[in-house]
Amino acid sequence: MNSEHLLPLLVAVPLGAGFVIPLIGFIREKAADVVAVVASACLVVIAVARMSSGDVVYAVGGWNPPFGINLYGDKLTVFFHLIIAIVSFLIIIYSVSYMERFTSRVKYYTLLMLMIAGMNGVVATGDIFNMFVFLEIAAISSYGLVAFGIEHEELEASFKYLVLGSVASSFILFGIALLYSVTGTLNIAHAASLFRGASSGAMQKFIAALFICGFGLKAALVPFHAWLPDAHPSAPAPISAMLSGLLIKALGVYCIIRIFFTIFGFEFAYSTVFVNLGLISMVGGALLAIGQNDFKRMLAYSSISQIGYIVFAIGLGTPLGILGGLFHLLNHAVFKALLFLCSGAVEYATGTRDLRQLGGLWKKMPVTAVTCSIASFSISGIPPLGGFFSKLIIIIAAVKAYDVLGPVAYVYAGIAVLVSFLTLVYFVKLQKMVLFGQLPEKLAAVGEVPVPMWSVLVVLAVLCIAFGVAAPWFIRVLVEPARTALVDNAAYISNVLGYLR
Amino acid sequence: MLLLLGIYGVIAKKNLVKIVIGLFIIEYAVNLMLILVGYRTGGSAPIVTSVENAAVQAASFVDPIPQALIVTSIVIGLGTTALVIALCLRLYEKYGTFDILQIRRLKG
Repeated sequence: MNSEHLLPLLVAVPLGAGFVIPLIGFIREKAADVVAVVASACLVVIAVARMSSGDVVYAVGGWNPPFGINLYGDKLTVFFHLIIAIVSFLIIIYSVSYMERFTSRVKYYTLLMLMIAGMNGVVATGDIFNMFVFLEIAAISSYGLVAFGIEHEELEASFKYLVLGSVASSFILFGIALLYSVTGTLNIAHAASLFRGASSGAMQKFIAALFICGFGLKAALVPFHAWLPDAHPSAPAPISAMLSGLLIKALGVYCIIRIFFTIFGFEFAYSTVFVNLGLISMVGGALLAIGQNDFKRMLAYSSISQIGYIVFAIGLGTPLGILGGLFHLLNHAVFKALLFLCSGAVEYATGTRDLRQLGGLWKKMPVTAVTCSIASFSISGIPPLGGFFSKLIIIIAAVKAYDVLGPVAYVYAGIAVLVSFLTLVYFVKLQKMVLFGQLPEKLAAVGEVPVPMWSVLVVLAVLCIAFGVAAPWFIRVLVEPARTALVDNAAYISNVLGYLR
Repeated sequence: MLLLLGIYGVIAKKNLVKIVIGLFIIEYAVNLMLILVGYRTGGSAPIVTSVENAAVQAASFVDPIPQALIVTSIVIGLGTTALVIALCLRLYEKYGTFDILQIRRLKG
């Protein structure tokens, strides 16, 4: 099959599966598991197959850009699609066992598939309004998934998430309307070609501010983060892993970098905003995480902190900074998914997430304990795991940004090191309270979780180690091409609009 | 103005239903904004009624793209509305109140 047709399949497969699952679910509930696993396995195959292909433009319905909607695939989208496909595949396998205790699994898989379709669409699309539509698909299904437990906390968290999410979407739509009024086009490449060379006026700054508010809310950067620590812990564990590992990256970080790097072209003013937002998120998330006593809530604050790292590094705008940011994004998707799944395993076995009621689990749940430790070490930046290398690159990038930013670069680097230390502090607390210490009497009977669940944990832990040990290889194969594609917006424009000539 | 009113509604009101209404006001404000983007004084509806003078007609059309966008955004808004109202109902079942000051089990 022609590689350009693989791109729409990435959206069509999960979307189709999302409609097939409820139909099949009428007949046999078990069959929904099978369809979900098969569909996500297909996604992994497609995403891997696209690794070798070049940049592709797919004009939907045969209408060439800039008149029709087009999908665009370069190395950056390959990078994001691969992360989404692999992590969501593992999460779905995990859900097969985990969701046994919930009712209406069919609805769960339907929403999950729609969410994956939305995320893949956001990454693949080359049209900014289309991006908004996919973003809403992913967001609305995630509101539903957060409320999945329909208990007091879940509903409250979902309501909060929905209100803030809708406000964010309105801001984004408002920004899109203004962008359209300025450029008269919705095509990303066309808009970018119009903005190239033109000095940025007040209107462009206003649009940029709207987008930063909107996507910043989706990415849970610190002034806009209030929904995340409620929404992530309230969802079922696989969903927390999806939200934290993938959704905030695909909807928040990807959209931000695509819009700011490709459409507006990166400028110093934006760089300052991102660096400062990133720093506030890093510090704020880490400080709030230390005080938490709920397993998943601590992880949620940690996500804010790590997203801060990513935005900070990309915001530096230097080649090394962007490289570090993207590599950290890859690492974070893996180890945060692993940590949330571990918390799910602990909750599955013991029935509680309260750190004060847990302890001494390493004897009872050895696999969970080992994988959880690996993920914690990776996120705290202990060599030779993946998190160490990405943080190292980010810190070196911050120091090297001295040429651009002046002495303040050293302050930034210092804060990045400090936050890395804070991360270590709260993960040591987590380790101590969950895995070591005294085993409470009522937990004496707990055992290891079922095989599908712990095997997923093992796979993710192996990935964590691999990202560390083979870091140069992963950077060369995945991250470096993504970085190049991101920075080179001239290639983006000519690839898409080349259709016209 | 409508946008600001809606944001005020979302931030300041204590009642779930009023917050939801605030959300809709924001949404309508954005839709109205989109209409304004495509507006042109004395424009006509963008429908070609005769093939011969299509070009003449096209010169006086309002921009059809924002209208297409609004239809999409209204549909999305409908989905969100249905979901948020369902959530409000469930919240009322659980807590027996619409007052957000009494619906606060999550903290930190």
